[in-house]
Amino acid sequence: MTVDLAPVWLSLQLATATTVILLVLGTPLAWWLARSASWLTGPIAAVVALPLVLPPTVLGFYLLVALGPHGVIGGVTSSLGWGALAFTFPGLVIGSVIYSLPFVVRPIQDAFQAIGQGPLEAAATLRASRWDRFFSVTLPLSRRGYLTAATLGFAHTMGEFGVVLMIGGNIPGATRVLSIAIYDHVEALEYSQAHLLAGGMLLFSFMVLLGLHIINKRLERIGA
Amino acid sequence: MTGIQGRFRIRLGDFKLDVDFQLPGIGITALFGPSGAGKTAVLRCIAGLERAPGAYLEVNGERWHDDAAGLFLPTHRRALGYVFQEANLFPHLSVRRNLEYGWKRIPISDRQVAFDQATELLGVARLLDRSPARLSGGERQRVAIARALLTSPRLLLMDEPLAALDRGSKAEILPYLERMHEELSIPMLYVSHVPEEVARLADHMVLLEQGKVRAAGPLFDTINRLDLPLAHGDDAMTVIQAAVAGHDEQFRLTHLDFAGGRFFVARQPWPPGHPIRVRVHARDVSLTLRHQEHTSILNIFPVTIEELSEDNPSQLMVRVSAGGTPLLARVTRKSAAALGLRPGLTVYAQVKSVALME
Repeated sequence: MTVDLAPVWLSLQLATATTVILLVLGTPLAWWLARSASWLTGPIAAVVALPLVLPPTVLGFYLLVALGPHGVIGGVTSSLGWGALAFTFPGLVIGSVIYSLPFVVRPIQDAFQAIGQGPLEAAATLRASRWDRFFSVTLPLSRRGYLTAATLGFAHTMGEFGVVLMIGGNIPGATRVLSIAIYDHVEALEYSQAHLLAGGMLLFSFMVLLGLHIINKRLERIGA
Repeated sequence: MTGIQGRFRIRLGDFKLDVDFQLPGIGITALFGPSGAGKTAVLRCIAGLERAPGAYLEVNGERWHDDAAGLFLPTHRRALGYVFQEANLFPHLSVRRNLEYGWKRIPISDRQVAFDQATELLGVARLLDRSPARLSGGERQRVAIARALLTSPRLLLMDEPLAALDRGSKAEILPYLERMHEELSIPMLYVSHVPEEVARLADHMVLLEQGKVRAAGPLFDTINRLDLPLAHGDDAMTVIQAAVAGHDEQFRLTHLDFAGGRFFVARQPWPPGHPIRVRVHARDVSLTLRHQEHTSILNIFPVTIEELSEDNPSQLMVRVSAGGTPLLARVTRKSAAALGLRPGLTVYAQVKSVALME
């Protein structure tokens, strides 16, 4: 029995890229949602939360249309000479970023809100500028929020299926990720291969959540 | 130009602040008033944590806010220290790194307060390696004060630094504040709604009421003004600046002289010449027409009645002058009528008890 491990690596790459992008994009978004008094925070928060309630196929369908050669995003990339993004790895990354957005933004936003105004105002009276306050007070006090955000974003992307199938299809080496490979093996009645991949995924997810719990406990003890 | 000039008008929810003030640029100025009077709002405007439109603020010759000229220094560019009600220490940093936070952020040439000086002055030197979570309320507030001092502020703002503390911790911190007053030349604005603290610490006071300045002036002249609420009720008091004149070893007494006479108090350790603030409650002062010989009260001086004002339906508040030093006495209307008390009359004030403020 041979198991092709390429889908595992592809899933890891996708999850890593997605998590990094989400942490970078999610930080200003979470900050704005946590601090702004604008009426727009309500609608924007609802949009961010949409992937939680939408069936992945609905999200996947709209993404497919948008990323295709005549779509909003695909049209732009096509005219730039990069080609449409549907059925490509970059397309998968865009889809995953949108799909996992609430899992990353929400914990960071909660962490920002939990800090409150006090420590930041104290930092301002101690001569720290806005950026200085963010890096010396906000970020370190949000460590646990970031840890949760990164873990959830990563694990959620590893396990995604519906959106990937809709916008990526099943192209080996480009879009054939772990969850799709398992589905394929089951379709082909290759249960032992499916067992191996599914069992590995189960173990991996369990280890990630256990590790998160342990690290969180430790951070709690040192008072962060 | 020395001193602090400010003008702030701002709406914060239902509250309206409308103040225009000129304060001395030295010593401790108390911002006093009931809760909701706008004391904290004034402090936040001075710190730039709140931005009042059209405002003006100048601190010892340096303009921090002048909307007419389009000038608004953000908080982190104002040379101030701010001590909040809650200490607001950074929970992720040790005490030492909390103290260093502001200290590291000012140019070395601006460091007027040395690290060891601040930790010694506030008694926090032995706490340096602890985490803020493992400090008592009083220790936390002392660290917060030392942290603010280490930015070598040109103005120290203190927002009821004792309000969140229990009685014991309050008593623990007051002597530190007095030492700061004596040893540093940093002007301080001290927000409080507790007359005791004001009487003990302040040189100057501003009385705020419903977002407006009701009165302002030197403490000794303002605390006993009969047109202000401070000089009424059970806690009405005067504060007198006195100095040790000598000791009576036979009866174990210390003599404290002030402009209008002498207080006899229990033997104190200080040498002659040592200055001391004496607090006298109006309820502990009675008035007689003649000098009483046969009484256990030692502290009796001739005084001239200046003003009488109703305190409650059955009692009057009387302000008298003992050789220029004002004193408040509370008497019943019945006694006032029987003695014929009126402005200009010379009587004797009998002071039953005094408190030394140190």
